[in-house]
Amino acid sequence: MSTVNVRVSVNGEAREDAIEPRLLLIHYLRDVVGLTGSHVGCDTSNCGACTVLLDGESAKSCTVLAVQADGAEVTTIEGMSTDGDLHPLQEAFWSEHGLQCGYCTPGMILMAAADLLARNPDPTEDEIRHGLEGNLCRCTGYHNIVKAVQKAAADGGARPAAEREGVA
Amino acid sequence: MEATTTTGPNRHVGRAIRRKEDPRFITGTGRYVDDLTLTGMLHMAIVRSPEAHARITSIDTSEAAAHPGVVAVYVAEDLPFEGGIPMVWAPPGVEVNAPDHMPLKSGEVKCVGDPVAVVIGSDKYGVVDAAERVIVEYEPKPAVVDPEGALEDGSPLVWEGFGTNKTHEWAVSGGDIDAALAASDVVLEHRIVNHRTAGAAIETRGAFAEWNGHTITLTSSTQIPHITRFILSGVLGIAEDRLRVIAPDVGGGFGSKLNTYGEEALVCAVARKLGRPVKWIETRTENMAYTHHGRDQIAYVTMGARSDGRVTGVRARLICDLGAYFQILTAFIPELGFPVAGGCYAFDAIDLNFTGAFTNKFATDAIRGAGRPEMTHWVEVMMDRLARELDLDPAEVRRRSFIPKEKFPYETPLGIVYDSGDYEGTLDKMLAMLDVEGFRREQAELRAEGTYRGLGYSTYTEVCGLAPSRAVGPQGVGLQAAFYESATVRVHPTGSATVYSGASPHGQGHDTTFAQIAADRLGLDPEVVDVIHGDTNTGPFGKNTYGSRSLAVGGEAIAIAAERVQEKAKRICAALLEAAPDDIELADGTFRVLGQPDKSMAMAEIAGAAYIPPQELPTEIEPGLEETAFYDPENFVFPFGAHACVVEVDADTGKVRVVRWIAVDDCGRAVNPALIDGQVHGGVVHGIGQALYEQVVYDADGQLVTGSFVDYALPTAAELPSFETDRQETPSPVNSLGVKGVGEAGTIAASPAVLNAVVDALRPLGVDYIDMPLTPMRVWQAIEASTRGVAPAGDPPPDSEGGR
Repeated sequence: MSTVNVRVSVNGEAREDAIEPRLLLIHYLRDVVGLTGSHVGCDTSNCGACTVLLDGESAKSCTVLAVQADGAEVTTIEGMSTDGDLHPLQEAFWSEHGLQCGYCTPGMILMAAADLLARNPDPTEDEIRHGLEGNLCRCTGYHNIVKAVQKAAADGGARPAAEREGVA
Repeated sequence: MEATTTTGPNRHVGRAIRRKEDPRFITGTGRYVDDLTLTGMLHMAIVRSPEAHARITSIDTSEAAAHPGVVAVYVAEDLPFEGGIPMVWAPPGVEVNAPDHMPLKSGEVKCVGDPVAVVIGSDKYGVVDAAERVIVEYEPKPAVVDPEGALEDGSPLVWEGFGTNKTHEWAVSGGDIDAALAASDVVLEHRIVNHRTAGAAIETRGAFAEWNGHTITLTSSTQIPHITRFILSGVLGIAEDRLRVIAPDVGGGFGSKLNTYGEEALVCAVARKLGRPVKWIETRTENMAYTHHGRDQIAYVTMGARSDGRVTGVRARLICDLGAYFQILTAFIPELGFPVAGGCYAFDAIDLNFTGAFTNKFATDAIRGAGRPEMTHWVEVMMDRLARELDLDPAEVRRRSFIPKEKFPYETPLGIVYDSGDYEGTLDKMLAMLDVEGFRREQAELRAEGTYRGLGYSTYTEVCGLAPSRAVGPQGVGLQAAFYESATVRVHPTGSATVYSGASPHGQGHDTTFAQIAADRLGLDPEVVDVIHGDTNTGPFGKNTYGSRSLAVGGEAIAIAAERVQEKAKRICAALLEAAPDDIELADGTFRVLGQPDKSMAMAEIAGAAYIPPQELPTEIEPGLEETAFYDPENFVFPFGAHACVVEVDADTGKVRVVRWIAVDDCGRAVNPALIDGQVHGGVVHGIGQALYEQVVYDADGQLVTGSFVDYALPTAAELPSFETDRQETPSPVNSLGVKGVGEAGTIAASPAVLNAVVDALRPLGVDYIDMPLTPMRVWQAIEASTRGVAPAGDPPPDSEGGR
């Protein structure tokens, strides 16, 4: 099996790995880097459980080849908190009961960080709901996820910790 | 969040505390089955049938076996099992045609997705490549897809050996239905379809097995580790004590993981054969095809009522599409709805007949609500039809037939005893939140502008808390198991505690609510009470999580065990403080001598004495501070509530939008109000999903059309409103906690409320009923048929485009 080298910064840590060209970014993150917080839910980029940030933009990593991330900065849920300090979105999902089984939660948090709050620090409920349309949750009925994003917005939580620290 | 309820001496029960399990989930450190790896681990891919019904004429595995990295390719003959996945329902006096359901199929395949071979290798992508190189030749046979057609003479047979597509017939009745209908002023008849849906947990299934020469350890994304151990021990021919089943963090279940599946047996068998760990993770397409579906019933309903709207009785003949196989509860699930066929109402007579049909589809089984949403759907749809027939207010029609609150405990005509209820209480509260007059005004104004808004109600009761063993076990309705729950409560020398429960969560928040229950009884903070679950090697024998049972059965077991610990703690405290045990009280988290506030001990001090007994402690007090309890309740519990749905229908496109939802639920005493709301939100959306968007579709050849989330439309945040919820607390007399269950309540309530709202919206256009899912296509067709006199050509074509 031929391999290619990719250079990726994952949560601020520079890496170089020899991988199969067809390796999906989600499997690179989970199986090569060992970060299992991003999940596979649907294989067709409908559910968003695999959402990560690619150079600050949300990306469904089950539909991105790892080689496409060559030279990019990737942020996963593991990079959202630093030294035990939770990101305001993480805090808000916890305080507002915005999760149940937790499987969609990392993707929801990253999508909310990148596609909602980073662009629109004070979104309306409707804007939040449409912003999260690409992320499915079967447990919560979205009610408390919306509340969590509202709370995080009120708490000024627009950027992931790694970026706030200027690391990534 | 603020505390919203405090009850009696409870310091923690009743408070909406943050969940203890959340830190790991919000930081990405949860551990789901696919997050586990072991040195030497192999991956398994499954070769599945693309045919709905066919004879296998040949399987050629040679090319796959030669693929780089492949360790083994097995077909059915290579992996002998003691038996297939068993059906665990054996109803007394009823014959059930239970087909073989082996983990790998040989001879014939009976539905799309049937596994015919497995490929095991070192590379996750490589085994998928190799699986595509397994060449299977099929000779197709006619597929049976329509359950009513399946039951007609001359239909092709799914299982020729049975000579029929009928799986079984089960009937139950109470009261004199003929007399009730004869005495009615109005008798309504209707056919109501409750279509096939998927559980669609966002985490698919997965199973990971290792064999150490003596014991198999199976880690599986399952709701039922203990039950799976029991079933797989038979399938694999290994003693239960040599099979350890672990449910790690589980990414949602909704009933779809309340099963033991062939794939779990396969990874165990392969791991044992190869002596290496083997992992299989289901793809979403496999999940849509071969994780059990739910619902799929056709109800022929007759309802009688007096002219004042009071219902006299109901008769329903239910045709249940069970698919090609029985999973563990398949044949039983429709019948599980029977206890609530009377809904919240004092019907004089109820008469039910269930007929199961084989089709060339995968099995149906428990999906959130499991029989009760189906039963409640037709009851509540008929209540609205009755109101229209008599030109009465639908809330008033319900009220006239409600069982009054002073009649509880209430025995239904079917001999089921509802434990407690106050149906007018939840209805009144809901109506007050709704403002019906305001809505009707707005509705009339909007109609004048060509906008169609509608209001639909659902007042439901449901049966949950499975248990009790005597009612549902072998001598009851015939499940071949008992349904108690267990708990061990251990206070450590440090004064912290661990609760071991046999219930096994997948999002419900057991770590938190169970800690609240134990903490109150131990005088501890929930922060220092850890809850351990989901591992057959830790804690006592359990019966796991489904049927909204964990709190009412598992929580009560914890309460009992914790109270036993408290009693022992009081005896130790009494001995050390030179008081009588009866004079020790637990208050504000401290054990103290009544009337002597200066004489007190914290649990940590008592625990220290329990493990390192001082001389003053009488020798008859055993060291240690740990108790186990098994609890098998004497009755079910019956939560209830009143929901209202407001929809807006675009009459030009048929698109339905839910604009408002009001839910007032009563699930007994609240342990954690935030978690109750969360269950209601999710449950309601599950029901809205079925009513508007979701449908598992097989075409006329038995091909699965909805094989991914591209085709199977789950509700998203963008389609939904925020919810208006409130609670009422009518304690259950069945358990000391006074609790019921809430995991399925929202789903049970939701689908008829949506349908009733859409019909209310479209009444001016003459639309009187539409079968779910109320997709734009179906709604538009119904409007066309009604307003232009275009006769609908039977059922609308199966639409896989979803509702959005």
